[in-house]
Amino acid sequence: MRALLFFALLIASSAPALAASEDDFKTAYAAAETAEKEAGRLRNQWTTTEAALAGAKKAAANGDFDKAIASSKEAEALAKASIFQATSEKERWKDMEIR
Amino acid sequence: MIRLASLALALAAISIAALSARAADKPDPVGDAKTFQKFFTDKFPKLKPEDFVNGPYSMNEDLHRQWEEKEQFPPYEFALEAGKEMFSKPFKNGKTYADCFPNGGIGIRQDYPYFDEKEGKVITLELALNRCREANGEAPISYVRDDMASLTAYMAYTSRGKPMSIKIPNDPRALEAYQKGKEYFYTRRGQLNFSCATCHVQSPGERIRAEILAPALGILNAMPIYRSEWSGMGTTSRRFTTCNSQIRGVPLEPQSEEYRDLEYYLSYVSNGLPISGPGARP
Repeated sequence: MRALLFFALLIASSAPALAASEDDFKTAYAAAETAEKEAGRLRNQWTTTEAALAGAKKAAANGDFDKAIASSKEAEALAKASIFQATSEKERWKDMEIR
Repeated sequence: MIRLASLALALAAISIAALSARAADKPDPVGDAKTFQKFFTDKFPKLKPEDFVNGPYSMNEDLHRQWEEKEQFPPYEFALEAGKEMFSKPFKNGKTYADCFPNGGIGIRQDYPYFDEKEGKVITLELALNRCREANGEAPISYVRDDMASLTAYMAYTSRGKPMSIKIPNDPRALEAYQKGKEYFYTRRGQLNFSCATCHVQSPGERIRAEILAPALGILNAMPIYRSEWSGMGTTSRRFTTCNSQIRGVPLEPQSEEYRDLEYYLSYVSNGLPISGPGARP
């Protein structure tokens, strides 16, 4: 019985982790795209966000959904940072003004 | 009674503070221009105000000598000749650019951009040139390419030495455009978190990699410019969009409202400094 349990555990641990699916990519990409659209509405998109989005699409087209999801998440984080920048600068720009 | 007096005093103090805060937020272009120019003349006490229009070439003696030598065979000369030819060549309908501008377009660069009260927006020279083309049945030309640079180079050349003379009419929309331009100038953007002021107010004369940063004062008086880095001419639109890309920001479309307002603000605070365009930059 013990031997059976040991083999079961061995098989389970050696099975490859489930690869990311196209649906997972689509969800991650949509979230990044939504954030980037908001940055666009604020007139403050970053070139690096656009590059990460393009990278995500390219990886997905090549069937590499793990990479595509990672790039989408990077794009979402960058877009959110640009939104934060645009929002906080609404008042912070005054600190730079020559007085 | 004493408590009542203290309360009244406190309320008065709060009202005064609130009023002065509002006063500080109220646009004051005349005061801004004075403070802006003083900042640069204090920072570079050896320079005369008119020296600032030569950008990095005014920042030290070696560079100034380079500029003097460059001016003997200026790299923008080809653009100047092309611009003169384009300017005088009739459109298909027989009219020319001269028909669209006051004084036939000669010696008027210092008045641009201006605020058009009918349209309620800032009109730059580049925009006015394309509008002229369209009004005469011609296709507009790119704001960032050679033809526009050549045309503005010729028009700037006919205004050389004339003091920048930007006006803000008594129209709240003009003041709003000026204020928006100022806000754009000081707002940090792009992944590098730079504003225009980061380079051109905080660091003029300093190196950023191999380049020496130009002071913001008079920076547009030299437009358009031949840049060795570009191996060609560049318009104000090209300068703005390139600055945005360099700080990893997606540039806005050339001649967008933000860029036109920025040009309005930057030109206004350089009022009185001579037009030196077309210029040459490293």
